[in-house]
Amino acid sequence: MSYLSATGMRGGYGGVDILQGCDITADKGEIVVIVGPNGAGKSTAMKAIFGMIDLREGDVRLGDKSITNLSPQDRVKEGMAMVPQTDNIFTSMTVQENLEMGAFLRRDDIYATMEHIFDLFPILKDKRHQAAGELSGGQRQQVAVGRALMTQPDVLMLDEPTAGVSPIVMDELFDRILEVRKTGIAILMVEQNARQALEIADKGYVLVTGENRFTDTGAALLANPDVRRSFLGG
Amino acid sequence: MDTDTINAIVLFSNFILVPGMTYGAQLALGALGITLVFGVLRFANFAHGDMMAFGTMIVVMITWWFQSLGITIAPLPTALLALPLAIVISMSVTLLNDRMIFRYYRKKRSSPSTFVIASTGVMFVFNGIVRFIIGPDDQRFTDGERFIIKAREFKKMTGLDEGLSIKVSQGLTIVIAIILVAALFWFLQRTRTGKAMRAFSDNEDLALLSGIDPERVVAITWIITAALATIAGTLYGLDKSFKPFTYFQLLLPMFASAIVGGIGNPVGAIVGGFVIAFSEVIITYAYKKFLIYAVPPGWAPDGLMQLLSTDYKFAVSFMILVLVLLIRPTGIFKGKVI
Repeated sequence: MSYLSATGMRGGYGGVDILQGCDITADKGEIVVIVGPNGAGKSTAMKAIFGMIDLREGDVRLGDKSITNLSPQDRVKEGMAMVPQTDNIFTSMTVQENLEMGAFLRRDDIYATMEHIFDLFPILKDKRHQAAGELSGGQRQQVAVGRALMTQPDVLMLDEPTAGVSPIVMDELFDRILEVRKTGIAILMVEQNARQALEIADKGYVLVTGENRFTDTGAALLANPDVRRSFLGG
Repeated sequence: MDTDTINAIVLFSNFILVPGMTYGAQLALGALGITLVFGVLRFANFAHGDMMAFGTMIVVMITWWFQSLGITIAPLPTALLALPLAIVISMSVTLLNDRMIFRYYRKKRSSPSTFVIASTGVMFVFNGIVRFIIGPDDQRFTDGERFIIKAREFKKMTGLDEGLSIKVSQGLTIVIAIILVAALFWFLQRTRTGKAMRAFSDNEDLALLSGIDPERVVAITWIITAALATIAGTLYGLDKSFKPFTYFQLLLPMFASAIVGGIGNPVGAIVGGFVIAFSEVIITYAYKKFLIYAVPPGWAPDGLMQLLSTDYKFAVSFMILVLVLLIRPTGIFKGKVI
């Protein structure tokens, strides 16, 4: 049984089911990547796991506890953190304030965690007193991931973290995500840049029309001729 | 500097600088409440003027009660003593009002225009309650010393032809406004709750994902707004007089202040308050006497040299409001676009 396991998820927006019984699981210390064509339900699966849409069927468990009926806020308390695809920082607040807000629920000393995040993203330390909205796209993503990590989550969820950043920045961001994995948390990520994401993935899911099409290690999916032909452009 | 120039400066200070500063501070405190509600609750609260009238009415009644008991704090006005209790009452009423009316629309996730209409309803209710309890007429509740400097004493002191008078209410307004603004900014910039309010105003969804409790942020916003509105209303009432209808009329210059500065931005609300206040005072002042001192003899004008009659002072804020919305809808300090 994986630490985070979402099984048989069925649901979507309004009356239409986008997820048709899909399963996603992730363990601590693991990078799990969800890829698939547009409209496959990747982001929807992510939102469902985080409780941002209601499931009609299926179960989401964290550790040995069912969290299917918890609100996103309550899931944060249970140790999940989410970096949305857009609007994922407080633009008018400084980098440091963004991190402080990430740790809003914590009552203990947050400065050790903050130092840890500054070690992970050194650029943020230099810009800690600058408004986050003034930073470049890649730096903003670092702020966003840093904010999410401030809760000291067991599961970090990233919705297309490299959307709209340059290839160089993307590589750097993936390096950082590998660093984050070393701290022993589960990382669940939806990515458009499927090939690069699968390269760092311990496990990959290929979703098509809301169902699991392929599930394997990142390397195996990259080597699979069917996956390559259909989803990775040859 | 010759005497004429000094006289001109004194005249300017007496009729433009001091009244402009006072009125600006009063507008700024009102506009701060409007801007905070807009930033956090995301709607234009049309009830703000009448909430001010309500809070001031409570102050007036407590002041009368204290006066009847013989409790005063001369030379300061008794109203200051009545303020804390009145603030607590208007905070409770504001929170009750939110619970009974606005919370319902938040739960329904209504559009901002629905909120604005609801706030218009609240405005009429508060308006009615105030008229029902205290009536529509002018009420006097000032006591204590009236002047810090009297024009006559100033003339005697300096030997000038022109006098400068500063009323206690004017001095109090400026001092209290400075203290309140400093406290508010300290709260917003330094405290956990204040930062949570800014975060919620900046990005509501992300604030929720960070575990910030929206109902708590909303409640704190109303509490601060009620305190600011009651204090601003009381200072205005001490300076001019308390008449419910004038508070409703203040809604326009207060909104103009918030929007000129950039709505949702507290610094903008303060700057906007002074921009609107000085525009009103400068445009409606009759410069004849000032020019007699300022220009060489023989150039003195015959007319009043008044750009606009004071009856039209609300047109000034209205014009500024329209111009800002046309030319720079985000206001001076890049607030939100309405």
